[in-house]
Amino acid sequence: MNGTMNLLIGLAMGFSLVALASSRLPSVIRAAAFQGMILGTLPLVLEEKFHWLVVAVAIGTITVKGFVIPSLLRRALRAANIDREVEPLLGFVPSLLLGAAAIIGAAALGNELPLRPEHAKSLLVPGSFATVVCGFILLMARTKAISQVCGYLILENGIYLFGLLLINTTPLLVEAGILLDLTVAVFVIGIIVDRIQREFDTLDTRKLNSLRE
Amino acid sequence: MNEIFLIALPLVFAAAAFAWPSARTRPWLLPVAGGLHAALALWLLVNPPMLAANVWFGFDPLARAVLPMVSLLFFVCSIYAVTYLQIRAERKNRIFVIALLVMLGLLSLALQAQNLGLLWVAAEATTLVTVPLLHFTGTARAFEASWKYLLVGGTGIALSLLGSFCLGYASLHGGGNGDLTFTALVAQGASLTRPWLITAWVLLLAGYGTKMGLAPMHTWKPDAYGEAPGMVGALLAGGTTTMAFIAILRVKQVVDAAGGGAVTERTLLAFGLFSMLVAALFLLSTPDYKRMLAYSSVEHMGILTVGAALGGAGIWAALFHVWTNGLTKGALFLSAGNIRRAAGAQTEDKVAGMAWRAPASARIFVVGILAVTACPPFGVFFSELKIILAGFQTNNAFAMIAFLGCLLFAFFGMARLGFAIVDGRPRAAARATGKRLIESPGVIIPPLLFLALSLWLGLATPPLLRDTWTAAAKLLNP
Repeated sequence: MNGTMNLLIGLAMGFSLVALASSRLPSVIRAAAFQGMILGTLPLVLEEKFHWLVVAVAIGTITVKGFVIPSLLRRALRAANIDREVEPLLGFVPSLLLGAAAIIGAAALGNELPLRPEHAKSLLVPGSFATVVCGFILLMARTKAISQVCGYLILENGIYLFGLLLINTTPLLVEAGILLDLTVAVFVIGIIVDRIQREFDTLDTRKLNSLRE
Repeated sequence: MNEIFLIALPLVFAAAAFAWPSARTRPWLLPVAGGLHAALALWLLVNPPMLAANVWFGFDPLARAVLPMVSLLFFVCSIYAVTYLQIRAERKNRIFVIALLVMLGLLSLALQAQNLGLLWVAAEATTLVTVPLLHFTGTARAFEASWKYLLVGGTGIALSLLGSFCLGYASLHGGGNGDLTFTALVAQGASLTRPWLITAWVLLLAGYGTKMGLAPMHTWKPDAYGEAPGMVGALLAGGTTTMAFIAILRVKQVVDAAGGGAVTERTLLAFGLFSMLVAALFLLSTPDYKRMLAYSSVEHMGILTVGAALGGAGIWAALFHVWTNGLTKGALFLSAGNIRRAAGAQTEDKVAGMAWRAPASARIFVVGILAVTACPPFGVFFSELKIILAGFQTNNAFAMIAFLGCLLFAFFGMARLGFAIVDGRPRAAARATGKRLIESPGVIIPPLLFLALSLWLGLATPPLLRDTWTAAAKLLNP
């Protein structure tokens, strides 16, 4: 059981690195979507016995993270008619190196924190922290609004991964995390609505700079 | 079960606002809902209900100590909203009115939440519902402000979810059964696993600290307060930040019960003083009077955080300060909104002579600045005095000297900019807009009411409120 799960978590961590290394927006969106779908299947692997609530959570997560949000993002990409290059503030190689450092750091931190015996051999904690940090890097090191939203999405995936530790005891708290997806939806809808209302040519957040001291 | 109406009533009115056909009369729903909500909150303040064990939300001493203030703040702002929405009749107001009412309901829920998860859900939903309020004017600057608010606030709220998970795991690892009500977590006490507990504290402080606007996570605040309509600024500065502060206090109670009191007090004191310092430095240099109010809010969040670090007496004073700061800021935001409309600009190089252009608002603004920078006999003076006394009692003399220094610089900064826009001759740009702003009673009486409330809290703090704060401080710091 742990083997399959660790394999999937490893794959999800790989997709964070893919997102950090991609130079084009559609592939960043795709990486975040694949990562979301992998995470969506995890509750099924985690649970020994079949429970309809878990299946519902898995289907919901896969639909929202894997299909709804990516398609909204693609729509925003079309609506805003932006050029597909990513334009990093921090280059791809340094971002990747930082991402790799985050994974090593998260593994070290995961070894320090005490875990319950049933979680002891899983990659949930290091996987979660590494994904959160990779999301942060993407959020801060890219200039385009869409890539920042993808960074937020990956950050949120990391938090979801951590939530799986608690899914048996406090399922409601974990499911409340779906509200974060709503935040992403508001981001994207914001872009689309704004686009409809007004010309907003490049969607480059560096141009969002009229408010400053 | 009357406390549930505090949450349900605004939501019912929000549904009514959705269905209401006339845009002209829709804003009147706000003062009606606000008035009923304030009456109910004050009634509950006088007749507190019994708190059942293990409920998800309830009118406990901490909710009782701050919720009536938020309710009063909303009520007075809602009176202003009627005139404001008449002036801005060209903008569609349906979503704005709905979002305001939903925000009141969610704030009532968050302040009463007794469960870590429910608190987070309410805080997250408040973040989302604020976005249309910030975007109301529909300008490019408003879009930029809402984008930054959502990006920084959204990241903060995501971190607080991760922190809530860590606290949940601390409880689970320490033998808990997954009950995340605050009473259960406090009862679990020292059996919470310490490394997870500290991780949770760091993440929750960073997360809710972002919502509260503590430096260095305050960057959304000047943009949001600078672009939002005045009444939205008042509600953010007195309502949403109060919610985040109460969240931090509730988490602190859990960490303290688990034996982390030294950690929480150190970190809160450091964050508080740092916020005050950053705010004082920006106040000295900012040219924009609406952004000035944002930095003043960062400063006062720092003051609250310092108060929370100073034991029982400090928490008492911080709860007092929640009232005085929230209501005084109301007067400042509303009068600044009037000045903004009269001047057509918000920086000191474009705005001057407001004493002539908008005499009543300019006077309220100046008195408000004096009140919020702790001139006696306004409430802020007394609440800050109590915090300083608590600081000296707990042997934090150096911290209190830094505290007083920051207050002094903040006063210099605010007085400088305040008089720069009020004095002098009106600028050409403002003269070009033609006749003097009509200062109708609808936009003057609400800020005056706030000043009166601030004065009343200072001169005659009701014994009932004092007892309420004592009960809340005793709950948090037994």
